[in-house]
Order: sequence, then C-alpha cells, then structure tokens
Amino acid sequence: MALIFEDDASGAWNEMFESPGRPRALYEPLFAALHRFGAEELSQRSEQLSHTFLDRGVTFAHSGEERPFPLDLMPRLLSAAEWDELSRGVGQRVRALEAFLDDVYTGGRIFDDGLIPKSVVTSSAHFVRAAHSIKTPNGVRIAVAGIDVVRDEQGRFRVLEDNVRIPSGVSYVIENRRAMTQTFSALFSDHRVHPVDSYPAHLLAALRRAAPARVLDPAVVVLSPGIYNAAYFEHVLLARMMGVELVEGRDLVCQSNRVYMRMTNGEQPVHVIYRRVDDEWLDPLQFRPDSVIGVPGLVNAVRAGNVAIANAIGNGVADDKLVYTYVPSFIRYYLGEEPVLDNIETYRLEDPGVLAEVLGSLDSYVLKPVDGSGGKGIVIGPQADEYSLEQVRAAIIAAPRNWIAQRPVALSTHPTLVDDQLSPRHIDLRPFAVNDGDEVWVLPGGLTRVALGAGELVVNSSRGGGSKDTWVLSDQTVTARLADPVHRRGLEPSVVARQNEEYLDEVAQQ
Amino acid sequence: MLSRLAESLYWIGRYVERADDTARTVDAYVHRMVEDPFNDEDATCRSLLSILGVEVDSDGPLTRARMLQSIVYEPSNPNSIVGAIGAAYENARRSRDFISSEMWIALNKTRNRLPQMESTARRLGPSSYLEYVRERTALLAGLTDATLSRDDGWNFLVLGRTIERIDMTSRLLRGRVLGAEYAPDWLAFLRANGAMESFMRSTNELHDASSIAAFVVLDRLFPRSILFSLNLAGNCLDEVQPSEQRIASADLARQSLARARGRLDFMDASQLLEQLPELLEMLEMTCVEVNDAITTKFFRPEDVVPWSSEGGL
Repeated sequence: MALIFEDDASGAWNEMFESPGRPRALYEPLFAALHRFGAEELSQRSEQLSHTFLDRGVTFAHSGEERPFPLDLMPRLLSAAEWDELSRGVGQRVRALEAFLDDVYTGGRIFDDGLIPKSVVTSSAHFVRAAHSIKTPNGVRIAVAGIDVVRDEQGRFRVLEDNVRIPSGVSYVIENRRAMTQTFSALFSDHRVHPVDSYPAHLLAALRRAAPARVLDPAVVVLSPGIYNAAYFEHVLLARMMGVELVEGRDLVCQSNRVYMRMTNGEQPVHVIYRRVDDEWLDPLQFRPDSVIGVPGLVNAVRAGNVAIANAIGNGVADDKLVYTYVPSFIRYYLGEEPVLDNIETYRLEDPGVLAEVLGSLDSYVLKPVDGSGGKGIVIGPQADEYSLEQVRAAIIAAPRNWIAQRPVALSTHPTLVDDQLSPRHIDLRPFAVNDGDEVWVLPGGLTRVALGAGELVVNSSRGGGSKDTWVLSDQTVTARLADPVHRRGLEPSVVARQNEEYLDEVAQQ
Repeated sequence: MLSRLAESLYWIGRYVERADDTARTVDAYVHRMVEDPFNDEDATCRSLLSILGVEVDSDGPLTRARMLQSIVYEPSNPNSIVGAIGAAYENARRSRDFISSEMWIALNKTRNRLPQMESTARRLGPSSYLEYVRERTALLAGLTDATLSRDDGWNFLVLGRTIERIDMTSRLLRGRVLGAEYAPDWLAFLRANGAMESFMRSTNELHDASSIAAFVVLDRLFPRSILFSLNLAGNCLDEVQPSEQRIASADLARQSLARARGRLDFMDASQLLEQLPELLEMLEMTCVEVNDAITTKFFRPEDVVPWSSEGGL
C-alpha cells in the first residue's frame, strides 16, 4: 500500500512540504524513511503506540473517561537554528514575566512609569492581593513556564499565550519520546535528536534552589489535587522521576507557620512544594473555604519564608490575555532587549474605538476570554455560527475587560496520520522552561499539539486534540567511541569442560 | 514514608494476595465438584462462600455459575478476584509514584485484560481465567521483590501480603476441617497451596491429615505456612519501627503477632488437629487485631484534626 500525503489546501504554513510533494530540506530524511515503511506498516505501528500507552496507563481524562493520550506517529521536526530562536525567545519572555510579577507584587514601578495601567492588573481575575509583598527565597516566581507558540502563514514563530501558573503537558513529552523510541527506533537512527528525559533533573535542581535559606537538604514534594485530576498522571511521573513524595492536601499539615507531611514515622518538615493545585484551592484560610484539597495555613507559612511554593501565588496575572498584549513592552522595559518572538496582533477592547471596530465585524476576529485556559470559551469568528457570535457579542459588551480580539492566524499544518492517510492538520507548540534563578533552561522540543479534525484550530487535549513527538535536531556530529574490551561471563563447570574439549579437538585437528 | 502511601502499599499487598489465594481456592473446589459424582453442588458452593466471607442469599439452590459470579467475576465485591484486582489497581494509582513502573504496568495490564479473559472463561470454563490470575499475581509478587528497595514501602506491602496469606490459609483450613464433606481432600488442599512437592520432600511420614495440617500451619521453611508468614510479618513490623528505646512502648500489633507466634512456635504437632478449630479462630482474630493496630498506628493516627469549615459551607 502506497503512502499518500493529502494535499494541503489550508493556505497555512506546511511544516513538512515546501510545495506539494516537495519536502523541505529538514524533512527529507524523514520523508525517505516513511516511504520505506509504507502505509500499512505505519498503521500497524500507530496501533502498537496506543497499546503501549494503554499498558503504561498513559491516559488523559476526557469528559470523565480515561483515554490513551493520542500520539501521532509523525514526528514534528525543528532545526537547530529554529530551536535557537525559539529557546532564546521563550527564555527572554520568562525573564521579562519574572521581572513583571516581582514588580507587581513588591513595587509597582511599571505603573508609575505608565507602561500598563494599574487597573489592568488589579482587575485581573488572577491578581491575588494576599500575595502582596511575599518575596520568594531565591527570587523565582516562575519555576516552570509553558509558552504556547504557533507559526503564522509566513512561517514565523509567534507567541499565542503564556502559562506561568501550572502549565501541564511535559509528561506527554517524556512519554511520547519513550513510546516513539520503542515503536519507531529505526527513524531515530536517521536523525540526531536532542533527548528530553533530563527535564525532571532540571526541575528538581530548580526546586531545591528555591528552598528557604539555611535549609541544607530541602525536602521537596509535588502537591497534587488527587487521582481525579486530569493531569494526575503527570504529577505521578514528575514525583517519580524526581524521586520526591507526591502528596495531597490531606498529607500536609501546618503548625506555627511550618509545613509538615504526615509520615509513618511522625510528621516531617517540607521545604519546597511544587504545587499543581490552583491558587484558589490552595489554602482554605486565604482562598475558597470549601477547598478540601488545600492546606490550611499554607499561605502564612509561605509568607513567613519557611516553605517555598512553585510556581508562586498570584502568577495568573501574567497569564491574563489582556496583560499578554503588554508583554513585548515588558521585554523592552525590564530587559532592555527587543522581543525575539512577536505576539499575534491583538486588540484591547477597553478602547471604545477598537471595540466598535471589532464589534462591527466580529466574524473576522478570534475572540478569547482573558482568563480562559485549555481553549475554553474561544470563539473563532470566521468559523462560528450566528448564535455563538451573538452570544460572544453580548458577553463582550457586558465586560470588554474580559475579552481580547485577535487576527485569525492559520496555524501551521503538519502531515498527521488520519485513517491510514497523512493529512495536514493544524499544530502549535508548547516549549517548557525551567528557571533555577540563574538561568532559564528550555526543554529541547516541547509538546506539539495537533487538532485532529480537518481545519480545526483549537489543539487543546481537553478539546480532543492529539500530540506529536517533537524533535529538535542537532547539527553537531559525534566522535566514534572505542569498543569496550570483552569481559568473560561466568559459566557452569560442565559447559567450561565441554568448551575446553572442543577447543582441544580443534587444536588436534589443525 | 507518607502514611497515605504506606496504607496503599499495605492494601496492594493484601489485595494481590487475596486474588491469588481466591484463584487457588476456587480452582480446588471446582475440581472437587467436577470430579466427585456424589457432590452436592449447592452445599459445596455455600461452604466455599462462607469460607471466603461472602454473603449468601438464601433463595434457590446455589449453582456453580452463581458461585463463580460472586467470588470471581463480581466487580463490586472486593473479595472477588476481579474486585480484588480492581482494588489493588486503585491503590496502585494512588501510589504510582512509589511502586516501580514495571509493577504498575503489570497490574494495569492485568486489570485491562480481565474482561477479555472473563468472556473466554464464560465459554470455556474458569480454569484459564484462574490460571491467568495466578500467573499475573506471581509476576507482581516477583516484581515487588525484584524492583522495590527493602525500605518501609516494601515492608508494608509484604506485611499486607503475609497478613492476607495467614487469613486466607486459616479460612481454607477451616473449610477443610469443618466442612470436610464439601472441601477438596487433603492432597488437593496441599496442591491448592502450591505445597505438594515441598510437603512430600519434608517428611517420610504418612501423608495423613495430621502431618499435612502440621506442615501447612507449623513448618518453619515453607513460605506459605502460617508460622512462616507470622514470622515474616513480625520481621516487617520490626523493620518499620526501629525502636532504640530500652523499654518498648505499647504496641498492639507486635504484641498480637508475638502471641500467635509463641503459641505456634511451641505447639505439639500431634495435638494440632485437635486444637485446630480453636487455633484458627485465634489466628483470624490475630489478623483483625494486627490490621486494626497498624491502621491506627501508621496509616490514620487519631490525633489528626481534619480541616472543616464552620457553618457547613
């Protein structure tokens, strides 16, 4: 069965093909290798992939049902040069957002200088007054960031949104790679792919450095809402690969502004909490009193400097999509640098003139709620029906602060295995960055998400999206290693005797 | 280690052992029913269910199919095989960061495969199903021993496994002694415990009830014997609380175990059969006491004040 690549008529940037049938130079080895395999073998391996995931329990809870995380076996490739630009851009963005958050919660210099109205920040749903003047021990508020990047029609990378609260998905990067190397090892021999399994080590190092001063051997834990959380699998994987305890709120207890975990040998101190619980559920004394997944007294312990939590409380203000429109100016203001990666053209609806223009042609914009995550509430004007447009119109008029409008970008497409055929599907990329206080390290690659429906633009796994293994190719060559000397294995005496006899026979015959 | 984690590991140990022992028991009883032309199906099923602690509804005669349904295939019953595997899986999900990924995959695969095994078993009889369960639980036990460090986690898991084994072996013995006309004969009983060859090699005496019971209860070397399991449970408990105190504090679990060990340790084997009913009663109580004592001591200490909000928010 021949391998068929469906033509791409979307008008978007095709990651693999320059023009129909002509792969870009970066993809040539992959293109050739795929033709060696043929369509039948690809489907078989695809089947094998999902079995691997089911056996390993790599699943995603979708509408209350556990499904294997759909991994498309066509990898997404990034050249060394592309990755250089991306990782510089992501690192720069994280540094700027760090500076911004620190400023927001401890000073407010940026408001005085008039770069962003204070009201934009204080009106954000994720601005947390309780976090005011809390300093983190090593100054890091964004230990982990996931910066969503897309490629526009001209092939330029642009930032779609920032996630500096509790970005998830890195476990799929690690699991995808493991599954791909198992089922598709042959492909890796044609490529030099940067490994991804050092992420937990980087994260652990960053978390340990975030510990309160004077703690020599900090106890790090991962705080999870529990097994019913959609990302529970990821919490487990990270705790396991870092070799730290995975705790739930009920495992922790605060006493005199210190945090302890309940162990079989009594209560033991905790110094760093990598939390995967949202701000509002974190501490029933400060936030929602009905939270049973939080730890009463945690915020006070943080304020007292006895425990560090990552990411910091109140980071959500930097995720706000209205604040997003100001990030390029943050980069110039705090870092004195020009942005490496541009935003997508975005319109602030609080300006009456802009609002009127957007409302005048709603169907030519993408409309996003400023505090949404996971693709919730997004209305894609050109694809939306009358009813949703009217709904969003009413919502925008009621609260223009809570919405932004963006130019619809045709996200780049990538051949994806759908029904035994490789069809173009829209993709994005979430690189993950880890900040240890000295350096922002970006995991080579990241999570490429793919919208599985033809023409679909929303890629989130909570909306039924899939993923691709993302390969950052190295342009370096390696030197060959000398062969190791052979060491003899232990053998039973009878076998040794027989070998000796055979050897003597051989000698005798010569 | 975390109390919650320790509790999950303990129950993984118990449930996996429960699935294994139940599979062995059911296999032996089904054999007996098939081989014995005079067997009373209803009474045999009732006897088996009562040994395994499953409620019997009284209306209508109990058939083999209904018995199998309730103690093999009934997912809502944690004493059934599929229920025990499911419960072990739930605990493994909660302790997935602790157990090795090989253990997790083995358990996850087993659970995923059971529905398919069940539909085969409903056509061809339960033996392939029971064999599969025994193989998979053996794999899990092997992976536990091959991939876990001998730290508190391993000790709690093995503690669960041994407590369950003592409990199940006592129950089986009770069926053998008190429901003798329905139970598998003594040699089948040995086979169900995987003890046939070990027993044969251990003695030149007659293979009578007395010597078999003595082997299963009192043998110091056979890993499924009750005394062996009591000793192992005692070692695990000693390991999880290295008490350096010169005067030990009250410890109900160790006390209860030590009492049972002492009783069996100095038992006159020739008196065993006579004392067995009372002894089995005592062993069953020991399991309950130890279970309750470690739960309050390690898993759910009572001094924990739970968070609750005022005004019923």
